[in-house]
Amino acid sequence: MNNFVAILCALFYLGLLFAVAYYAEYRLKKGRSIINNGYVYALSLGVYCTAWTYYGSVGQASTKGIEFLAVYIGPTIMAALFWPVLRKIIRICKTQHISSIADLISIRYGKNFSLAVVVTILCMVGIIPYIALQLKAISDSMNILTGAAETGTGLKNIFADNTLYISGVLVFFIILFGARSIDASEKHEGLVAAIAFESIVKLVALVAVGLFVTFGLFDGFGDIFSKAAGNETLKKLFQFSESTNYTTWTGLILLSMLAIIFLPRQFHMSVVENVKETHLKKAIWIFPLYLLLITFFVLPIAFGGTLLLGKTGINADNYVLALPMQYGAKFLSLFTFIGGFSAATSMIIVETIAISTMMSNNIATPLLLASQKFKAKGDGQLKNPILNIRRFSIFLIIALAFLYDKLVAQNFSLVSIGMVSFAAVAQFAPAVLGGIYWKQASQKGAMAGICVGFVTWFYTAVIPSIAASGFINAGIINEGLFGMGWLKPFSLFGMQGMDSVTHCFFWSMLFNIIAFVSVSLYSNKSAQEVYQADIFVDIFRHSAKPDINMIWKGTAYLPDLNSLLANFLGNERAEKILVNYANRNKISLDTKKADPRMVEFAEKILGGAIGSASARIMVSSVTKEEELTIDEVLKILMESQQIMVLNKELRKKSVELQKARDQLIDVNKQLQDIDKTKDEFLNTVTHELRTPLTSIRAMTEILHDNTEMDEEQRQHFLSGIIKETERLSHLITQVLNLEKYESGKQQLNISSVQLNSLIKEAVASIRPLANEKKITTEINIPDTIFLVQCDADLIMQVLTNLLSNAVKFAPEKGRISVSVHNNLDGLQIWVEDNGKGIEPGLHELIFDKFFQAKNQNLRKPEGSGLGLAICKKIIDLHEGSIWVNSEINKGSKFIFTLPLN
Amino acid sequence: MKALKKILVVDDDPYILMSLEFLMKKNGYDVMIARNGKEALELVEKQLPDLVLLDIMMPDVDGYEICRYIKKTAKIKHAKVVFMSAKSKEADIQKGYDLGASYYISKPFSTRELVKKVNEMLL
Repeated sequence: MNNFVAILCALFYLGLLFAVAYYAEYRLKKGRSIINNGYVYALSLGVYCTAWTYYGSVGQASTKGIEFLAVYIGPTIMAALFWPVLRKIIRICKTQHISSIADLISIRYGKNFSLAVVVTILCMVGIIPYIALQLKAISDSMNILTGAAETGTGLKNIFADNTLYISGVLVFFIILFGARSIDASEKHEGLVAAIAFESIVKLVALVAVGLFVTFGLFDGFGDIFSKAAGNETLKKLFQFSESTNYTTWTGLILLSMLAIIFLPRQFHMSVVENVKETHLKKAIWIFPLYLLLITFFVLPIAFGGTLLLGKTGINADNYVLALPMQYGAKFLSLFTFIGGFSAATSMIIVETIAISTMMSNNIATPLLLASQKFKAKGDGQLKNPILNIRRFSIFLIIALAFLYDKLVAQNFSLVSIGMVSFAAVAQFAPAVLGGIYWKQASQKGAMAGICVGFVTWFYTAVIPSIAASGFINAGIINEGLFGMGWLKPFSLFGMQGMDSVTHCFFWSMLFNIIAFVSVSLYSNKSAQEVYQADIFVDIFRHSAKPDINMIWKGTAYLPDLNSLLANFLGNERAEKILVNYANRNKISLDTKKADPRMVEFAEKILGGAIGSASARIMVSSVTKEEELTIDEVLKILMESQQIMVLNKELRKKSVELQKARDQLIDVNKQLQDIDKTKDEFLNTVTHELRTPLTSIRAMTEILHDNTEMDEEQRQHFLSGIIKETERLSHLITQVLNLEKYESGKQQLNISSVQLNSLIKEAVASIRPLANEKKITTEINIPDTIFLVQCDADLIMQVLTNLLSNAVKFAPEKGRISVSVHNNLDGLQIWVEDNGKGIEPGLHELIFDKFFQAKNQNLRKPEGSGLGLAICKKIIDLHEGSIWVNSEINKGSKFIFTLPLN
Repeated sequence: MKALKKILVVDDDPYILMSLEFLMKKNGYDVMIARNGKEALELVEKQLPDLVLLDIMMPDVDGYEICRYIKKTAKIKHAKVVFMSAKSKEADIQKGYDLGASYYISKPFSTRELVKKVNEMLL
């Protein structure tokens, strides 16, 4: 393929990226951000997948089997911890205006300048080779695509090298999107959109190749895997044997778990560019899904490559591109190239922005500020110098990477350099994780840990590669430093059996952690450190309230602060920011002396722009500070703690009050309900009293007014009066009884009662009534003697009540029966009649007081309407239950239970 | 001789029925009794009473229903209706009058007063 076409495509693709980025910024201006979205956020984390994933995984799978998966398993595991760990880091960085990992570490450890510098240098040393690797991937893939010979190492043909021009365009792009605004902690809308877009492009391209190989060159997965199984080289790779190295697996998984958080590009995308913490929730599952998809076709491509191209001598790292090339799929080849290009560029862009921010904020800007004795007062005077520094840093990084690629990198595979970078950034893990969870962690500890880890890493990972390139005596690898055997870089202290990366990771982390922890435990901390430790570890508590406590003591003047900010932001914006902050926190601006909170705020704003280290220098240049003692800091922290506790207490109290109020409302409603039922009850009782009273009065008046009435009639009226009077007194007794049971005044007079005889007695008492209607009565009780603990009088009352009801409802010459049934719960007593039954809808209602009175169509000539209600109360008091089984025209069966002893 | 005026007494309480039957007869009326709503409707239809003494709460058809029936049926709508009920709430009484009753007397009542009212109405 023509070289020109390849370059044109690459440039066209970069143009497309510009378009995407511009579109995102355009949307933002319209107020409809496209990156304020969990999916875009999750996709932008796909920057993890570089050219190493794109080309290198296949290479690795072809030579080492499924070991390549380890670096995707690690991040997948870590994704599960995004919410507890990453969210905390995000919260800290947002509240503290932190724009890089160097800032994070230096601010945590008392805004320490040297820590920031060390972290920055480690990042540069660790990552620039990794960027170089991406450039190499671009030039390699371009060479394959165009069929050109290797451009070779060295700088001889530099102007004939496409990579040079591509790098130039990249510098331009990165400057345009990464170094436009002065505040580095601001979001880069266009950048995030472009990176998310790149994630899609590389995924689609790799899947396209996968499909092409699996279904185009082979007959699907079955075919490719069975053919692979027949291939001796491949077969060996996928058999568990002694060569399967579990240490390597564990090492790689742990290493990549740390890398997914601490790689500068990951930190930048996941923390600095994060818009909302809740986007993490999407990322937790989408990001692992993305990794799964992008690695899905690695094995088929690796197998296909080995089977088809294994003997051609093509480097396995290039199978992804070589396969479509060899089989004439021109368009797919080009698309594949673009996919790899996007994988490489996304990494280069983000990594460069992240590291350039660190370089300019932590090294270049402080130098600039120090050298010129900046006390400058001017409108935005410092804005451009600082932006220029950042632009230059970007250029410098790409330039260094380019040189590294040309001079050193040609000797390594994609994967090995990547892993070395992983191991480098892993050195930040103890200081950062310790810093956000462990208040004891100290500045000196962090410094010691990082330095020791850095040196070990350098010795075990970098020195060998330098030696191998011939820059220094290669003897060091085999014989150790100064010929000391225990210092061999690949087997420190004689340790064998680990591959070089795991070996480096193991020793550097071990030394790092030991140094970090032990020095932290035995070092003094400055007041500033103690304060920052508290803020970081308890960030969720601190970020929940405004800055009510400051640990700054000294004198500062508002105009000074104002002009300081104006240097970077311009007069107008500086003034606006300060006034807004003062209004928000109710700080008076009338005094000339600045409130400590204003000083702290100004420093944070500056920190976002030029890094915490430089901000510290700037602020102290315009203020007169006094040293705070540890005691003072502790006191401030204690006070803030107390305020928090008080607040919490208040909130609790108000919740309790609300609860109490709700309860009162409930009680009031209950009282009203009770009142209402009482009214209803009273109404019904009086109603029930009126009817017999009416007859009594009528009959008495008749007897009184008609003295000449014949004797028989007279007797009739008189007995009527007697019956109605009885009915009245019965009703009154029932009402009083019910009241007694309901109010709980009734004490049960429990004794051992022979149920059998009690039943017989009850039946005997209603027999006369039954005989009147010629009703037969049956008693079916087993011979066993049932002894029941109950109140004999009350149970007797229940029985007679139910029996007299039965008599009432049974037809003339009907039948009633009583029976006892023993089951697990206790005894069941059944009282049955063959009357007209009760419709199912009323089965529960009939146990309500005066149910009959309220439901006229069931009203019977006799009975108060309280009998069943009283029965229920009595059975309730005995902790039994009572109910009815009945159907219309099939009689009724009343059942009550009594617990056996 | 003029025919006796017909009175229908409707109540589900046997003693009230017995008492009112006795009193109305003694005052020179032709008395019929009904122990529930169904019987009452039949008698109203057949006997065309001049006055109905009507209880409200009864097992099957309630007094209001019977009154409503009387008032909408052409041949008996002239019959006077007297409610006698244990329902003594203002709303219940009002409902009785709204349905066209001539009088509403709350239980327990004086039979002397009731007889006097009936006599006045049937004069």
